[in-house]
Formats: sequence, C-alpha cells, structure tokens
Amino acid sequence: MFHNHRSGPSQNPVALHPSGPGYNMAHQPPYNPTQVKGPMPPGPGLYNSGPYQPVPLVGSYQAPPGQPMLHRPSMGPPQPMTPPQSASPGPGLRMPPAQATPPPPVSANSYYQHPPSWQYGAPPPIGAPPSMAVPQHGPVANHVTSSPSPAPPQLSVGYNAAPPAIHNTMQPLGPPATLQGYTQPGSAPPMNSMVAPQSYQPGMRVPIAPPPTMRPTPPPTGTPNATPPPPLVPKTDGHIQTPGNGAPFPNSLDHLETGHTMTGPAPPPGPPARHMGQSYPALPPGYQNTSAPPNASPMHHPMQTPSQPYSHAPQQYQQTSAGPAQLSPSLAGLSLQSQTPEALRVVNLLQERNLLPPGPISPPTPCLPQDLQKINCHPEVFRSTLTSIPQTQSLLNKAKLPLGLLLHPFKDLTQLPVVTSSTIVRCRSCRTYINPFVSFLDQRRWKCNLCYRVNDVPEEFMYNPVSRSYGEPHKRPEVQNATIEFIAPSEYMLRPPQPAVYLFVLDVSHNAVETGYLDVVCQSLLENINSLPGDSRTKIGFITFDSTIHFYNLQEGLSQPQMLIVSDIEDIFLPTPDSLLVNLDECTEMVQDLLKSLPHMFGKTMETQSALGPALQAAFKLLSPTGGRVSVFQTQLPNLGVGSLKSREDPNQRASAKDIQHLSPATDFYKKLALDCSGQQVAVDLFLLSSQYCDLASLGCISRYSAGSVYYYPSYHQQHNPAQVECFQKDLKRYLTRKIGFEAVMRIRCTKGLSIHTFHGNFFVRSTDLLSLPNVNPDAGFAVQMSIEENLVDMQVVSFQAALLYTSSKGERRIRVHTLCLPVVNSLSDIFAGADVQAITGLLASMAVDRSVTASLSDARDAMTNASIDSLTSYRTSVLTIQQPGLLAPACLRLFPLYILALLKQKAFRTGTSTKLDDRVFAMCQLKYQPLAYVMLMIHPALYRVDDLTDEGALNISERTIPQPRVQQLSVEKLSREGAFLMDAGSVIYLWIGRNCNPNFLTQVLGVPSYPAVPQNMTMLPELDTAESQRTRAFIGWLREQRPFFPILHVVRDESPLKASFMQNMIEDRTESALSYYEFLLHIQQQVSK
Amino acid sequence: MAFTFAAFCYMLALLLTAALIFFAIWHIIAFDELKTDYKNPIDQCNTLNPLVLPEYLIHVFFCVMFLCVAEWLTLGPNMPLLAYHVWRYMSRPVMSGPGLYDPTTIMNADILAYCQKEGWCKLAFYLLSFFYYLYGMIYVLVSS
Repeated sequence: MFHNHRSGPSQNPVALHPSGPGYNMAHQPPYNPTQVKGPMPPGPGLYNSGPYQPVPLVGSYQAPPGQPMLHRPSMGPPQPMTPPQSASPGPGLRMPPAQATPPPPVSANSYYQHPPSWQYGAPPPIGAPPSMAVPQHGPVANHVTSSPSPAPPQLSVGYNAAPPAIHNTMQPLGPPATLQGYTQPGSAPPMNSMVAPQSYQPGMRVPIAPPPTMRPTPPPTGTPNATPPPPLVPKTDGHIQTPGNGAPFPNSLDHLETGHTMTGPAPPPGPPARHMGQSYPALPPGYQNTSAPPNASPMHHPMQTPSQPYSHAPQQYQQTSAGPAQLSPSLAGLSLQSQTPEALRVVNLLQERNLLPPGPISPPTPCLPQDLQKINCHPEVFRSTLTSIPQTQSLLNKAKLPLGLLLHPFKDLTQLPVVTSSTIVRCRSCRTYINPFVSFLDQRRWKCNLCYRVNDVPEEFMYNPVSRSYGEPHKRPEVQNATIEFIAPSEYMLRPPQPAVYLFVLDVSHNAVETGYLDVVCQSLLENINSLPGDSRTKIGFITFDSTIHFYNLQEGLSQPQMLIVSDIEDIFLPTPDSLLVNLDECTEMVQDLLKSLPHMFGKTMETQSALGPALQAAFKLLSPTGGRVSVFQTQLPNLGVGSLKSREDPNQRASAKDIQHLSPATDFYKKLALDCSGQQVAVDLFLLSSQYCDLASLGCISRYSAGSVYYYPSYHQQHNPAQVECFQKDLKRYLTRKIGFEAVMRIRCTKGLSIHTFHGNFFVRSTDLLSLPNVNPDAGFAVQMSIEENLVDMQVVSFQAALLYTSSKGERRIRVHTLCLPVVNSLSDIFAGADVQAITGLLASMAVDRSVTASLSDARDAMTNASIDSLTSYRTSVLTIQQPGLLAPACLRLFPLYILALLKQKAFRTGTSTKLDDRVFAMCQLKYQPLAYVMLMIHPALYRVDDLTDEGALNISERTIPQPRVQQLSVEKLSREGAFLMDAGSVIYLWIGRNCNPNFLTQVLGVPSYPAVPQNMTMLPELDTAESQRTRAFIGWLREQRPFFPILHVVRDESPLKASFMQNMIEDRTESALSYYEFLLHIQQQVSK
Repeated sequence: MAFTFAAFCYMLALLLTAALIFFAIWHIIAFDELKTDYKNPIDQCNTLNPLVLPEYLIHVFFCVMFLCVAEWLTLGPNMPLLAYHVWRYMSRPVMSGPGLYDPTTIMNADILAYCQKEGWCKLAFYLLSFFYYLYGMIYVLVSS
C-alpha cells in the first residue's frame, strides 16, 4: 500500500462502490502526484495521523468539542508515503503468466484490464526481486480456498449476486426514501449491507444451510476456468470489476447472512415513519426534532442535508465520485448525523403508549464513517451494549449503563470467507489477527489497532489472491472482512486434530423407560446417523445406566452388540477400553443393530435408581484420550453413587417464598467433573426429560463448565405429552446434525485500555481473556462485561476481536475471527445516543442470573429495577437541559423500562407466581447461554394479530409469501374476542383464539366449524388449501425457521389449561403479584425525580 | 529479666507471623500470575486451596496462646481478623475439598481484585503485627 489503508477506502469513493472506469480516472490525480522514491520511513507527521487514520473521519462528524477538525485534510490521499508508483504498467501484466494459472475470469471485464490506470496493481514490488516474488506467492502457498466442493453454480450464486438484482428483491423492505428523517437509523445498515454489491467469495462456505434461495443467480460467468479452484475468481458483474480495488469486500455482512435472515430485522416499509413521526404529538415542539441537547450540537455538520437512505448509497457515491475525494467522508458523516437526534429524541414514557416498533427492533448503528461501518462485524454475531464507547470509566459510571459485548461466534453463516495461508498475519506483541481496522503505514508495515504496535507485512501478504495482484496488502480478504475464517497451519495444534467422537449416555431406569424417550432418541439417531458431522475417523459409543453401568462392545466382527455390565459403581472402570468407541463408518451396522434393539432391551426393567455420577465418570474415562461430545439423557434425580442428589424443592414454597433458595449447586461433583472434562476436551450436553424435580442447578454444572448445552423437557411423556415429544424430536435432529467444533478456545481481545470483567455463558475461563470450549456449537451465545481501565483519550475508535480456534468435524484446525470497531465518545449524550437497548437487556439478564445465584433473587430483581432507574436518572440530570414533568427517556432507551419489567416477570426472576425450581433454573441457563435474538423473544414475546393477515408488506422468500403483521403490545387490552393472536415466545408459540373469532378463520385456518369445536390440545395447524391457511402457516413456518430450535405451537382457547401461561406473558398487565407497566413506570418516575 | 510463658508466646507468634507473611506474599504472587495469564486457574486454585486452612489455623493458634497468657491488648487487634476468617470460610462456595478458591469464579475481575486486595491487606497487617510482637516480646522480657 502506498498510502494509508484508512485513508484509501474512506477517502475514496471507489472503495465504497466501485463501478465504472470513472473511478480510476477520478482518483488517479490524487495518487500519482505523490510519488516518492522508495519507501520512506514514516515521518512524525505520519505517526500523528497514522495511528488513528480513521480518526479524522470520525472526528469529522463527531467533532467532540475541542477536537480539531483540521486533521482531515492531513490524511487525504496525498500521503507523503507513497513509494514509487510511477511504476510502469508492466508489473500488472506480469503476473498472470508468471503463475501459470488460467487468467482470472475477470479478464472479461474491461476494468480489470486496465491495471496500468490503477495504481495499486501497478507498482513493482518494492525491495522484492521483481520477477521472483510473484510466483513464489502464488495461490499455492497462499490463497483463498474455496469451500471443500465449490460447485460452480454455488459460487456463481455468491459471486454474481448483482446489486441491481438484489435491489429488486429487497426493494420492498428498504425504507422508502421519504423516511429519512424519522427512519430508525439502526434499521438501515442491514439493508445497506444487503444491497451492497456482493463481493468475491473466496472460500465461500456453505456450512449447513443451503445456498440462500433468494439470491438471484445471474449466469455463472465466472466458471469457465473451473480447473483451479475458482476461489480467486473475482466477481463478474459490473460492481466487482475492480477486484484489486477491495471495494466489493466491505460488505462482509453479505457473506454472513442469508438474505433471508437479513430480512428479519428489516422493518416493513412505511409504518416506522408514520409511527415515529406521528405518534408523539404531545411533545413540546422543542423536543420534536431538535432534541439533541446542546452539547451534542457540534455534531451537526454545517453541510447538513437530508441524508440518503442507505439503500441509495451506491448511486450517491457514484455521483460524487468525480468530486474531491474528501467529499465522501463528509457525506458518510452526514447520514450518521441524522441518527443522533432520533436516538436522543426525548420520549415521555408516561404519555407514549405505543412504543413498540411494528417490526423487529434493529440494533443501532455505530457512529462510524460509512466505509468502516459497512465493513464492521454483523450485529447478530458481535454486538456491544453501547455502540459508542465512553472515554473513561467515570463517564461510564455516570451513564449507569452496563458496557459489554454479546457474541454469537459460531453462528451458522451461509457465506463466510475462508483463507488458507501458510502464515497468518498477526500482531507480534498482542497476537491480534490482522483485520479491516488496522492501519497500513505504508506498503510494508501495518499498525495494530489493539496495541498500536507497528508490524511488518510479510512478503506473502503482499500478494492478493483475490485480484491476483501484488502489492495490495490492504485488499486482502483478511483486511476486507470483519468476519473471516482461517485454516490454521500446524503451529495452532497442540496435538493432531481430534476426530469427531460422540458418546451417548442414556438413562434406562424404570422411570426413563416409562417416558418412552428411548424410542425417539434411537429413531432420531438411526435417521441421522449418516448426517452426524464428521469424516472417516468419526467414532461413536453408547453407555446406558440405571443402578449399574452398561457398556456396549460394538467391535467389528461380533455378530451382535455385546452388553457389558459394570456393577461396581464406586470405582468405575472400562471393561474393554478399545472396543467401546468404534469407528462409525466401519461399524455402522452394529450401531444400527444396537439402536434398533435398545428401546426394547429394558422394557421390563424394575430398576428405579439412577447412577448418573458414575456413568458420567465412565464417559469421561472413555473419552479422555480423544476428547469429544457426551450427550447425556437423564429422566430423574440421580440417587446412587457419587453425585447423588436429594430433592431440595418444597413445592409449597414455590409461590409464597420470599426468596428462592437452592439456585446454586448442592454439590461440586458435577463442576469438578466438568472441569476435568474441559481439560480433556470433553463436553457434556444434558437432556433432562423429567416430570419431577431433578436439581438442574446442580446437574447443569456438568454442561455449564464443559461448554455443553442444556435441554429441558418438563413432563416429557410419549403418550401424554405429544407436543413435547415433537419438540424433542426436532431439537434432537438439529442437535445431531448441526455443525460442531471440537477442542476449541475463544480469545477476546480489545484495544488497550479496555479490559474484560466477566464472561457469561457456558465455558471455563482459562485466563483473563481466554475461554476454554471443549465443544462449540452454532447455537451458543456469550456475553462479556467490559470495564475501562485506562482512559481512552486520543482514541477515536476502539476494536474488539473474538478469535475462535477450533477443530472442525472434518479434522481441520480453523480460526474464526470476528472484529468489531466502535467509536469512542466523551459526552454522556453520545453514550445515550448509542445505547443498544436489547443488548443492554440481554447483558443485564446475564448479570442478574449471576446475582441471584451468588446473592439472592430479590437482590437481582432490585438490581435490575435500579439499573433502569439509575440510567434514566442520569439521563435526566446530565443530558436533559430542559426539565419537564413525566418520565423522560431517550428514544433509543424507550423500551428499557418495558424490558426490565418483562425480565422481572420472566420465569427466571418472577416471584409470587408458582414456578418450579427447575423451570426457573432452566430459564436462567437459557438467558446466559442463548444468543441475544432468542433471549429477547424469551424476555419479551412478540404478539401478532393473525386473523386478518394480508399480503400487504409481505416478505417474499423463495417464492413463498410471508405476511408481516404488526407487533402488538403485550396487554390483554390488545386482544379482542373477535380476533386470533399469535404469541411468539421463543421456544413456544401460542395461538390464542378469541371466543367470537371470525368464523372464517376457524374454518379456513383451523379447519373447525365453530369455536367450541377447537380441540383442547391442538398443536398443529391443518394443511388446508386456503389462502388464509397458507398465509398463517407460512408466517409460523417463517418464525420457526429463524431459530435453531423448534418452538411448539399451542392453540389456546379460553378453557385451555395453557391459557394461564399465555396470559402470564402479557407483561404490561397487572397481576396479583406484579406491577402493570404503567405502575412500574410510575414507580420509576418516583425514584427518578427523587 | 526472665523468660516467661508470655515471652515464649510472643516469640512463637513472631516466628509464625513470619510464616504468615510468606503465605500472604505467596497469595499475592499467585493472584498476580492469574491476572497476567501465566497460570491456569485450576492449577493455581489447587495450590492455593490447601494453604488456606493452615494459615487460618496458625492464626487461631497464637490467638489462643495470647488468650492463655491474657495478653488482651495483643488479642484485641487480632479478633477482627479472626472473625473475618470465620466469616470468609463460612461463606465459601460449595466445595468438597478444603479451601476458598473456586477455579470457575476466580477469573471474575471482581473476585480476583478482591483476593488481591485481601492479600495486600493481610500482608500489611502481618507485617505490622510482626513488629508489634517483636516489641511485645522485648517488652515482656525486659519488664518481667
């Protein structure tokens, strides 16, 4: 790089949306004149602006008081650093021949064929032997791989997703241009990323999900040269034509999400604007638009013009591209400025009743220059509670908002760039992986964005396999994608990658056989035995237990599985250590035999005791040489041998108890065993199928510290509870077939000055920033509390990097790296403007779970209430300048009290209502372990009216029309007897039918003639061939697709036993033991105005 | 000048306090190692936990000795620490073995900071009492 990486793309519209040759032309002047002979050592001037190259950009619109805005010119394109660029056009031509690889298919596009005009491609490698360098670093040694079997059609899907086509598909979703002023600012970026041109897909991974069907597939132009893996194939459509340009890459989000998922958060068009714009008539005029407090006013750029909706960005940039390069950052700033007033608009919570947006709530966008923001990690993967990081801890304390990160690091991504490289470029002092937010001082050196050390760019990194050009380190996929996966070389292995090993530990006591779960487990395993993730080394084993432990010898050559019973549970040993875990490929038949006979083997058992502890010890012994996954199915309280537990719950105290006891484990046996497991890379997943108290608080430790997952099916029974059985089946299928990573560790690094305070989730914390995860699964979420140890003065942005090193089921060592970049602010109003209410709620929930275990439940409840009181008090006293009556909150936090109230009424934290201890503990586990999106549904379910679904504003996904009804408030007042309402509570969906429900709905959707004919335990909608039925089922199906687990549908009518649990979710209403929303607001207001 | 039982108590306390000072330093170093990522929390807790009870018992032991020789003035400052030790051990996490430190929670920044602060405070206390016992011993030897 001849100029700073930062200044390049940001100053340079080309980087944002490459499109015509005009770019090349337009930008030539700024670069060429700045030729300097030889790579100059970075002068002091460079250091001043260098480390924080992005700084001026941020500063240009943030302009914290006292922040000189003069920086900006200094970092413009004419960097004095430019090494010889004069560069004959030759080098660009040299490469293809030198590599003996077929010319990039891109050659078809004319722009790429003008390397001479594009400075990056042109210069001869400085200091490198001109002719040798390129071949050496050809794609063999260092290239971006394609997915294992990059079928050309798939590739073309990724590559060719031409922006125009996507535009078309997405258009209905995008906020219409007229919304600008009031559009939820946060809603735009997803759109943006969707709309942005699809970039190269070097190693397009298609992990689990099929290629997104909604992506248009233009003719696969890139495929002709299928001989070498086409990973390097740059795009073939108009947008991608400047591959060396790096421009196409910024929209890393594109790779991450299917269009489908992306559409989720996008609000339907229209309504947001109406809602926002019109529903606050009561506000004093002073607050309506210009509510940005005075100290935020510097944000208003003099050049303020109506900001463009993001979907129009490409055009916008194309137009401006001819102008001075500085224009683009200011425009980037402009579009962000409009967000501040909206996020900080004062809302009087006591007056505003309809606070819920009509669709899903999208996370706020960090106040970053647009090019950085576009490249930033997707909020579903990596999210911060405060999208603007306070400069000092005291400022953070003043804001009274928690600072933390929420991660979903192993989320299933349909598209993920994968890089194979013999050297992975990392900072030499802090080991940060090179990422889009580092700055390139010159072509040979880059500055770490976490510790600010200046590192050398390795020779290998100079070659860009995507564009097949040399000397563009900043165009490498590592520097263009905030989420990327590396295939790790052997330095990253402490031992040879382990094979996939699965061990099933099944409870076969009388109680277990009675529930009939064995049938389901064996059946699911039989069906999915070939889709278990793994390769030819995959191993499988079975252990069953009641009062004794039964092993199964599945060795090849036996005529049938041989059961070995060990009755000495005090000192457990493995009868035949070699043949209990067998290779799945070689012994499939034997395994199938066993699975077929297992359900009947224990049909007559009268054994009621359960020696879970010894069985787990046996499992640990069996797996400790390799590591792997143990799936434990348990149906009762373990009562024999080590780890036996006693019932601690007093059912009479469920509702009345002032404080809930026994939330912490009764014994540390399971914790210690889990730590042993963790050390040997064994994870334990617990399936609890029980109707009685099982002491999940103690048992759960086995999964919690070994990074397993917990599934709980209360009152599971084959006959009596078919809904639960279906749910179990679906979950099991997902569980067996989902992606898995073995012997994983995750390290979270952050910019110097920030430090990690606490982790939440299932793992073992091995050092201050390292989590040990024997297994990692795509449904695991993590939360991290952060603190600010040193003042972040002089920093404009901070970065967080989560690196997950794991062994894939195919035995590859891989590193998945996510990097998030956030601006630093120094005023309270900016902090409030960047608050992400959902992330805050999720983090507070995790913190409250910890608090209720270490202190008490009432403590945790108080802490949550205080959190909302404190932050609103701080807002009132420190940010608001004009005091007025009422409970005032910034618009971005308007849902905060509602979510806190929802948490207080959540199963995990509620008091006064009869809640089983296990249910409560399970809810707590979920709050800590589930990714934020599902946690939010658990906390605040979504209510839709479904008897009048229309296709207006519907989504169109793979030729299905999915209606998008409005989200209703959770209040009985919103229910009407004439309607039917669907409540999506995450793991369960209720369909409430009003007594006088539209007969049309009853007949067309439910297939019953009248209301009394609605069956009591209806859990499925009949497949009727009517438009209404199709719409309803499409909508429910769409809701279900959005999560990895299977929510059961319950049709609820007035007499249903489930009506109570439906009504309990009506959190805005008063119950005997809890305040209504309005009362809660009054309580908060009283405390705030004290 | 005579070698009384009280003087013997002070001498013994002097030696034992020296040992306690080493314990405190050991703790401080151990937690620092945890904070700087040098050690695995499981190993570190395994080395620290067996030391907790001996430290408490040593302290109890010379408290009892001072009680026997009715050195109330010396006993006074030691009582709060004794009470703190009792409270600390009562409120320890659920553990099957002896000790205080749980490898799963020790890496929490609050707990780590608390343990470090505790180490420094104890070090200061033991150092002060070391010199006090030295003074006490000489005083007893001289005055009797």
